Amino acid sequence: MDFNEWVLSLITFLPLVVAALVIALPDEPSQKLIALVGSFVPLGLIIWVLTNYDYSGKGSAVDKDGLQYAVNQSWIPLIKARYHIGIEGIGLPLLALSCLIIPLCIVYSWNHFPEPHNPKAFLALMLILETGMNGTFISQDLILFFVFFELVLLPMYFMIGVWGGPNRQYASLKFFLYTMFGSAFMLLGFLALYFKAGNTFQIHELMANANSMISPSTQRWIFAGLFLGFAIKVPMFPFHTWLPDAHTEAPTQGSVILAAVLLKLGTYGFIKIAIPILPEGAKSWSPVIGALAAVGIIYGALGCLAQTDFKRLIAFSSVAHMGYVMLGISTLTSFGINAAIFGMVAHGFITGMLFFCAGSIKERFHTLEIKRLGGLLKQMPKLGWVLGFASMASLGLPGLAGFWGEFPAILSAYEPHPSLSQSLFRVFMVVAAVGTVFAAGYLLWMYQRTAFGEPKAEWDGHHFDDVHTEEWAAWVPMLLAIVVLGLFPYLLFKITDVPVQSLVEHLNKALGS
Amino acid sequence: MSVLAVFNTGVLSNALAAEAAADKVSDGFLLANSWWLPVMSFVGFWAILLLAKRINVKNAAAYMGIAVIGVQFAFAAGAVVQWQQRTAVVVEHAESQSAEGEAHSTASDTTEAETSDETHAESLGAIGAASGFSLGSEEGEVVKLRPSVERSVSWYRNGDTDIRIGTHVDGFAVAMLFVVAFISLTVHVFSREYLRTDSRITHYFAALSLFTGAMLWMVQSATTLGVLFGWELMGLCSFLLIGHWWEDRDNTDAALKAFFTTRIGDIGLLIGIVILFFAGGKTFDIAVINERALNGEIRQWLCFVAATCLFAGVIGKSAQFPLHTWLPDAMAGPTPASALIHAATMVVAGVYLVARLYGVFWSGFSIHAGGMNLGALVGSITLVMAALLAFVQTDIKKVLAYSTVSQLGYMVMGLAVGGWAGAIFHLVTHAFFKALLFQASGSIAHSGSHHSFEMERMGGLRKYMPVTFATFTAGYLALCGVFPMAGFWSKDEVLTAAKTNGYTWAFVAGSLGAFLTACYMTRTYTKTFFGENRLHLFHDDHDAQLVNTGHDAHTTHDVHVGHVGHEGAGGLEGAGGLEGAGGHEGAGGHDDHGPHESNIWITAPLAALAVMSTVVGLLQWPKFYAFEHFIANITFEETVIARWGSPEFNLTGVAIPSSILGLLGIAIGVVYFKVFNHDFGLVKRGGIFALVHKVLKNKYYLDHLWTGVVIGFVKGPLAKAAYWFNQQGLDGAVDTAGRTSVGVSRWVYRFIDQGTVDMFANGIGSTTNNLGSGLRKTQTGNVQNYAAIFIGAVGLAVLAIVLFI
Amino acid sequence: MVLNQFLFLSALLFCIGVYGVIVRKNAVLVLMSIELMVNAVNLNLVAFALYNDNVIGQVFALFAIAIAAAEVGVGLAIVLLIYRNRRNVDLGTLSEMKG
Repeated sequence: MDFNEWVLSLITFLPLVVAALVIALPDEPSQKLIALVGSFVPLGLIIWVLTNYDYSGKGSAVDKDGLQYAVNQSWIPLIKARYHIGIEGIGLPLLALSCLIIPLCIVYSWNHFPEPHNPKAFLALMLILETGMNGTFISQDLILFFVFFELVLLPMYFMIGVWGGPNRQYASLKFFLYTMFGSAFMLLGFLALYFKAGNTFQIHELMANANSMISPSTQRWIFAGLFLGFAIKVPMFPFHTWLPDAHTEAPTQGSVILAAVLLKLGTYGFIKIAIPILPEGAKSWSPVIGALAAVGIIYGALGCLAQTDFKRLIAFSSVAHMGYVMLGISTLTSFGINAAIFGMVAHGFITGMLFFCAGSIKERFHTLEIKRLGGLLKQMPKLGWVLGFASMASLGLPGLAGFWGEFPAILSAYEPHPSLSQSLFRVFMVVAAVGTVFAAGYLLWMYQRTAFGEPKAEWDGHHFDDVHTEEWAAWVPMLLAIVVLGLFPYLLFKITDVPVQSLVEHLNKALGS
Repeated sequence: MSVLAVFNTGVLSNALAAEAAADKVSDGFLLANSWWLPVMSFVGFWAILLLAKRINVKNAAAYMGIAVIGVQFAFAAGAVVQWQQRTAVVVEHAESQSAEGEAHSTASDTTEAETSDETHAESLGAIGAASGFSLGSEEGEVVKLRPSVERSVSWYRNGDTDIRIGTHVDGFAVAMLFVVAFISLTVHVFSREYLRTDSRITHYFAALSLFTGAMLWMVQSATTLGVLFGWELMGLCSFLLIGHWWEDRDNTDAALKAFFTTRIGDIGLLIGIVILFFAGGKTFDIAVINERALNGEIRQWLCFVAATCLFAGVIGKSAQFPLHTWLPDAMAGPTPASALIHAATMVVAGVYLVARLYGVFWSGFSIHAGGMNLGALVGSITLVMAALLAFVQTDIKKVLAYSTVSQLGYMVMGLAVGGWAGAIFHLVTHAFFKALLFQASGSIAHSGSHHSFEMERMGGLRKYMPVTFATFTAGYLALCGVFPMAGFWSKDEVLTAAKTNGYTWAFVAGSLGAFLTACYMTRTYTKTFFGENRLHLFHDDHDAQLVNTGHDAHTTHDVHVGHVGHEGAGGLEGAGGLEGAGGHEGAGGHDDHGPHESNIWITAPLAALAVMSTVVGLLQWPKFYAFEHFIANITFEETVIARWGSPEFNLTGVAIPSSILGLLGIAIGVVYFKVFNHDFGLVKRGGIFALVHKVLKNKYYLDHLWTGVVIGFVKGPLAKAAYWFNQQGLDGAVDTAGRTSVGVSRWVYRFIDQGTVDMFANGIGSTTNNLGSGLRKTQTGNVQNYAAIFIGAVGLAVLAIVLFI
Repeated sequence: MVLNQFLFLSALLFCIGVYGVIVRKNAVLVLMSIELMVNAVNLNLVAFALYNDNVIGQVFALFAIAIAAAEVGVGLAIVLLIYRNRRNVDLGTLSEMKG
């Protein structure tokens, strides 16, 4: 096997090996060093993949399923599960995002491990997380996908439960159980697919078979199972209540990873699995998804306005932003799905950045009560401006990455897939457009209360360090990414467009339009 | 080349008539590369932000900013010349799609490797078969136009749809580039002195640069999406500059209000752009959209919906009724920024949008039909209402702000009644004279009234500040529309259009507006420059404050009074309005607290603007109409010209009556405010003034009868009612909406989110738990109980089998 | 032959056994009651065997008797152990398995 076949497996499993090394090593400095180096290797590999990737999707490196760097080996013959991995334009941006976020989190942690410290376990958990996330994005087999999908839960459970805030046990348990609950239905859906559509777990075989072999009404039921699993992970309204708790209690790095990558597992599942395999089911469920997304946009914003806690506010804003992503997906058009993938990546950077800011504020003030903050620009001007920048990006300012997730999603809702109700989606479009005003409202109000004005009297005489070197090191790549993607959207759209077009073609064929 | 081909199926190929390709005109270097202008600004923005503090020169940020805008101004001026030299070609009916795929001159200086397909074509816009009044149908009439310069690159692709970004430089765009660069240059120079001692001068100039870049980008953008980029970026800069002194809650409130209110309008803008994207055949290209709107490819009602949606954006950005309330509040920002953003350039973005997408508004609002339409209605309401409000202001900036709102209403009304060229001309002249007035008021605050904009602290400044006085006078006369100042010509054109195009009521509203404008400006003018100087009356406060804050304060604050009628010495003192104690250059430090003239950094921009305010109107000298020919583009030809022909100067019907109205306004103003000195609240302040007041009052008693009929009613109940409606009705509604939504969201969060949805999630857990502990009780551990249950169950089962089977 | 008499007898025996199992507190008596129930069943088996003229039922009965003997052996051993540990064999006090 040549390097092309190894590279994805390396990206996925190397962090796991490094995690084992971290646990084995005796002293803290060497643990940190090996974790850092070990997390940068996958980053280097993914950059290599990005430079060698065939963006046209037509070259000889692309196999018949549209995959690149694919490996298809026997794994569990009994249930016909195979070790089938590969990457295409839908998973690639998210894989790259995951490979970037973990090293940045490790850099950020360098001298700022949350209580109760214990860097060994913390670093190992982050690396295991990376394995789970990377694996999810490259799996082309449902069982493999499920294993990685679930693998993510455990490290995150421990991160929240051990390094979290005062209410951490409640939050971590809620996170774990809620997601497991959804996964159970998802697994049921996978099994139903296996038995109904030709005894296979291969995503591409299912795509070819499932629609013709499963009746539309059964598809609806199976889709419902998958929907529950993915929608809880996203999270969509009304399955979002685990998210604010998990975010509020999680340590900064946990929040960043959760917002930046973990939530995308759900939306990725929709695009990669639920919709292509079950087009009829998707068609029936799309109005529901669109409606929940539209409600989520407004609802998340209202939730933000009511918050008194900075971190909880950002968590609720995630609900609103993922609403745009889901709205894009629910239109079943190339505009919408491209926008959704862009929105996922943009949200990863922007909300990740906001959580980083929140973490740094918490570290200095030991509180995130908005009432007690204020005048951040006076106390720490650089941090204040970084926060302002991230807020502006989050409200979808053109020229920054957030815009390209939001605007094309609104655009796509004007003309959804021909099999969907146009007038209904136009209502969703208006709701989504109104949501942009709400977004401006809660973010600017938050910014006014935290950054503008004079610092509160209780902090008189306190000195606060402005942004540290480690923080800059972790943040600058994200800030740059937000600007670069905002100005040059084709950098991302050219990756996603090819598979999205073939996905929409597949849908058109399946839905007979 | 496939990308190119895709793009060419759009209007460009269509537009590229064989004629144009044949006698190919040289594009002109500056016109083809006008995208450098915004890029310069953005580079300047980062340079100022990152480098200015490291350069060991005092006010390095200011000089960097001035250098950038200086180059840009030269560039824009050169572009004007190049456009003027551009040969006009005959506009002809585009034969068919035959030009498709024809190789245009393709510039090879690619900036982005990925999208090397930069097209570089001359476009006339499409001369499609316009429904109703087609150009081509008029035999024998030869229309000559300068072809616009188009450049675009692919921004991203979505399947077959190519989302492009590029520039579309025509006369209108060039005129806008020039105006923006000119005003921005004066503002930069002015700010160098005005914010000399401000601690955040770096941020200020960076934001100013960013703003200039965004505006320069917007006016030449070829796509609606590009316009949206500039539009929102300007909103951001406006937010930053209004909130420049963010320590003060009032300022940040104003900044938020501005951003938020315009965003509300932007809902409509977003939706409008989306509708037009699909209606125009999946393109953001403005030329294509205009063409399709005019030749009937977009259904009329869809056009109407799109135009109405876009107009919501215009209402927000250009401060039209009923979303105008943010603009007066926005005066919390530094005065030069107000001059640039909230008077001359950003607030006209909405007007620009209407003018640029005129094809859509033309069919959507049925402008050709005359009578009444939404745009004209909103514009007329705005212009009258805001003019009335300007009467009761005591803060000179607020007078000017309401005046701006009123003039914006003029422009919107002008566009909506078919006065395309006139409205744009008014936009240009207004930019000059309103920037002038704002900066003159800044000059007064800087050197004449201790950083206060309260007119109570001014008076008689004519003697102390001769240059400011002279320039302010030029702006004042221009705004009042006095011959031959700039305002006369442009206002006249708007009114002519309203009258001749069948919008008589709009003509009446506009004339009334002209009268009111002359009146309230006279009030302001006399209160500021005539009579006795009243600054010393407040001198004690000022000194006391100097002692309190110490002489080392380095921030400069504009002082405002929040509400009209909130008078009294205490309320007039804001948060330490100090002329930096770092030494008032050439003015002998703080010994001299009296009013004095500002230095050259301030007077030079004023002088430049005054000259422009005086002469720029002559561009539209009847018979030549140089300006109109300069900006004329294909949309203009297809709409206004095709319907009504070129608007003619109307001496007896419009020019003389409107001049008389203006002069009458001035005369009444002079009589009322100057001669009878009526408007001074000062006289109520007790002591000697009360005595004077009593005397004056007796004298006024006679006057009051007749002035009360005309001005009293207007200035008193009517204006106050309008202002009350403004503050209580509209503003109150905005506040209530905000408060209610927070209340609702709190309620939803408490009872629905936490109370219901979350409770449901928790409920599943606790139900399982309770069920378990209930069942636990059956496990007694007593073996005989188990046996009994077992045997009982078997017994029941047997019974059931026997009975039922 | 008359089957009914046998069946009535065995039913009576079984009921006595059930009564004893549920009501008696002494573990030894409970064991004896279980024996009664087992023997009631044996009686049935033998009776049906005779009735059907078939030897299988008798074979089953022999098996059951043998197994019952083993079962009683184990049961008595458990009772003995309980007695050694607790000094009584009252079933009412044996509730360690209470949930």
